[in-house]
Amino acid sequence: MKKDILETKKGNFEITVTVNGELKELSVKNGEFLLDALRRHGWKGTKKGCDTGDCGSCTVILNGRAVLGCLVPAVAAHGGELTTIEGLGTVRDPHPLQEAFVEAGAVQCGFCIPGMILSSKALLDRAPRPTEAEIRKALDGNLCRCTGYVKQVEAVKNASARLAGGKRKRG
Amino acid sequence: MDAKNLKVVNKPVRKMDALGLACGEPAFTDDVEFKGLLHAKLLWSPHAHARIKKIDVSAALKVPGVKAVLTWKDLPRVPHTTAGQGYPEPSPYDTYTLDNKVRYVGDRVAAVAAETLEAAREAVSKIKVDYEVLPAVLEVFDAMKDGAPVIHDEPDSKNIPDAKRNIAAKFDFEVKNGEWFKEADHVFEHSWSIPYLQHCAIEPHVSIAHFDNFGRLVLRTSTQVPFHVRRIVAQALKIPVKKIRVVKPRIGGGFGSKQEVLEDIVAALALKTGRPVKLEYTRKETFISSRTRHPAVCRMKAGVKNDGTITDAEMEITLNTGAYGSHALTVMMCSGSHTIPMYRVKNNIKFVGRSVYTNMPVAGAYRGYGATQGFFAWECLMDMMADKIGMDPVEFRKLNYIKLGEGSPVFKAMGEGREGVEQVITSTGLFEAIQKGMDEIKWAEKRAKYAGQTGPVRRGVGVACMMQGSGIPEVDMASATIKMNEDGSFNLLVGAADLGTGSDTILAQIAAEVLGVKTEDMIVTSSDTDVTPFDVGAYASSTTFISGGAAKKAAEKVRDMILAVAAKILDEKKEDLRLEGGRAVSRKGASCSLSEVANTSLYYYDQHQIAATASHYAHTSPPPFQANFAEVEVDTATGKIRILDYVSCIDCGTAINPQLAEGQNDGAVVNGISHTLSEAMEFSANGTPLNASFRRYKILSAADTPPVRTFLVPTWEPNGPFGAKSVSEIGINGPLPAVANAVYAACGARLFDAPFTPEKVLAALKKTA
Repeated sequence: MKKDILETKKGNFEITVTVNGELKELSVKNGEFLLDALRRHGWKGTKKGCDTGDCGSCTVILNGRAVLGCLVPAVAAHGGELTTIEGLGTVRDPHPLQEAFVEAGAVQCGFCIPGMILSSKALLDRAPRPTEAEIRKALDGNLCRCTGYVKQVEAVKNASARLAGGKRKRG
Repeated sequence: MDAKNLKVVNKPVRKMDALGLACGEPAFTDDVEFKGLLHAKLLWSPHAHARIKKIDVSAALKVPGVKAVLTWKDLPRVPHTTAGQGYPEPSPYDTYTLDNKVRYVGDRVAAVAAETLEAAREAVSKIKVDYEVLPAVLEVFDAMKDGAPVIHDEPDSKNIPDAKRNIAAKFDFEVKNGEWFKEADHVFEHSWSIPYLQHCAIEPHVSIAHFDNFGRLVLRTSTQVPFHVRRIVAQALKIPVKKIRVVKPRIGGGFGSKQEVLEDIVAALALKTGRPVKLEYTRKETFISSRTRHPAVCRMKAGVKNDGTITDAEMEITLNTGAYGSHALTVMMCSGSHTIPMYRVKNNIKFVGRSVYTNMPVAGAYRGYGATQGFFAWECLMDMMADKIGMDPVEFRKLNYIKLGEGSPVFKAMGEGREGVEQVITSTGLFEAIQKGMDEIKWAEKRAKYAGQTGPVRRGVGVACMMQGSGIPEVDMASATIKMNEDGSFNLLVGAADLGTGSDTILAQIAAEVLGVKTEDMIVTSSDTDVTPFDVGAYASSTTFISGGAAKKAAEKVRDMILAVAAKILDEKKEDLRLEGGRAVSRKGASCSLSEVANTSLYYYDQHQIAATASHYAHTSPPPFQANFAEVEVDTATGKIRILDYVSCIDCGTAINPQLAEGQNDGAVVNGISHTLSEAMEFSANGTPLNASFRRYKILSAADTPPVRTFLVPTWEPNGPFGAKSVSEIGINGPLPAVANAVYAACGARLFDAPFTPEKVLAALKKTA
């Protein structure tokens, strides 16, 4: 059940949002964007590369869609379900996409990678066996200056094969 | 020697930091919290050239939450360079942390630290500055004229060769063996130009200055050059080196932009307030106020005989260094020293280089470092010469490129900011790279197929060959420390600055190979000036070759110490032992584990820590080589170029980690293709940048990146660690000439100005009609 957004003091709101499967009450500032709110509350995997909606480093999954944290007002996440890179998998228990990026050598500086992986996740959720063109289109909003995208596209292909092959329980 | 007996090196070992990064671990500069952190904001100049007559910060100081406002009056006036180079830097000392003069739109005017970013922004907007606006000069050729505004008229800047004519650096060199162009059957002369280009590391410049328990200043910063940051910040703020610690966390890309020392101002704010302070550039600030590639006009004149002999070559390059001369001399020299030796020139060689101040953004180091500018000219000119004498462009290159055992007078004459070193080529796979590239692109077949096309859409294939260096010989130095732990693992401490390249992993592979262990047995720390030994940093394609050499030497010393202990344990002669599979093994087959060795040394016998530090520098800089091939389609009605296929074959010696080496080259090539097709900073008539965002400054994204195929061509470089040479920079130099040459092959249009936009292609097509 979606509660109303609570104004705790002037210009500060409390929103209720499910972050990585856990229901959280987060204080957000008036006019604050999701990217800044997430980072302020400790989800540092969401990166700030431009703050203008152009680079994709702040991509998170909100209600099943890949969105840019720097363009979504934090209050818009109220009552929603949010996945950040920390929620996809961890070093102890990585998601197949995270493993695929590592194995393909697709992680150089790694700054764009959380956003890139979450865009890939949103893609594979809606199209489990994407073509290369579909992969490139899905990653089009995630700029990378290190890799030339070669190994990242390969990583998504590999992850898709692995996930669709049903060898893993998790999607 | 070759790589076939190696166990760890030359294997696609997992990049050791990759999983943490893929899981969003808080690894970058701004991913940690500091209690009481202040936020910094700078006031940037709105004028291209002005003197600050009066600056009033009283209103800014009254903004709630503001803790400090600094202007030029508050800081020591120390001429220095922001170029993070070895000491003494070959760049002019023409920069002041804050000055009473501004020299480009985006120059520093004042700095604020406040409790919140909003307060800092508000305070910046309340600083009142009374400027005396001075005439500005935006073009290099205007800047050198008599009567041009003098950008550095201050008396205290140092090492500016001709401040009155705005010359930030100059270098001339000539080899004369007779009359110029006497033997040439054909002489060519053209100019090629490159605009202002941005690095576009996805992580912006960000630094946090804070204090340790002893009150020492700690700079946690996104840098390629931690040790140079420590030295230059100490110099600029007049504080002792011992009072500063620089910590390099994971870095979100650099490509040369983070070889610049911009940390002085955040350090000054921290010192003023006694509080931790963060300075994070916005993307717009990164575009305008960090650093760029040097825009260049490169004029080349060369002569060729009908038999394909190149008789003479002359390169005159004029770089725009912007308001300050960061890397002004060295980028300019590398535009010749990395390119001219590529082909044998029979008689005369001449290089004339100038780096010129303008009231424009500041240029600095950028992947390719001058060679990008030089090869655009040289490789296009090669194509024109081949065309004129009716020789296949590949055959013409094969006839002339520098061969194994050959040298060039340029190597000795031109170093980086000083005389170079004499060297000959000790490894080259260029022939194999060319053959591989021709096979992959189907050179002969497509040259024939695409001859005599008539329709509006035409295809062509083009080639370019390149070389680069591997570190700066007799300048760059790196060191590594290895210490052994009880379980037979090792700490590898390196000053080398992994900025996303994977250098931590490949240095671990090199050490692991020597020590007979797995890469996972190496625990790598890079780079912290309190903890790791010195390294000049990540630039000049030096890390694999120079830092790799240090890691190898340190591992060899540690191996020797291990074997001494193992000899006691096994009661064998040291000479009869080797390290293999985590054990010390004797010829007779007796063995003991490394953990037994470690425990013996730490607890039982002749107690000591097995550890060693080694340093490495080199007398040569063995060039990696590349052959690049582009297949393009040109729509002659619209001028649009489409790259159908791009093949890049690289000889980087032994690839320490083939997967990471391929990744380095893919990234370099795509950056180069992006330069070729779309990138250019644009400016208004008064020097204000107009497209300082990813929306307006177009770098290639996944959907518009053409197919790029990297092939490694293995060779063995005798001077490199396990046969390795450099890999990271060279690939960026290929696309401009390879694509230009392919466009010519397709439709007869010669392109001289980057990027190759449809308008420029149409204009070039008009000239052919």
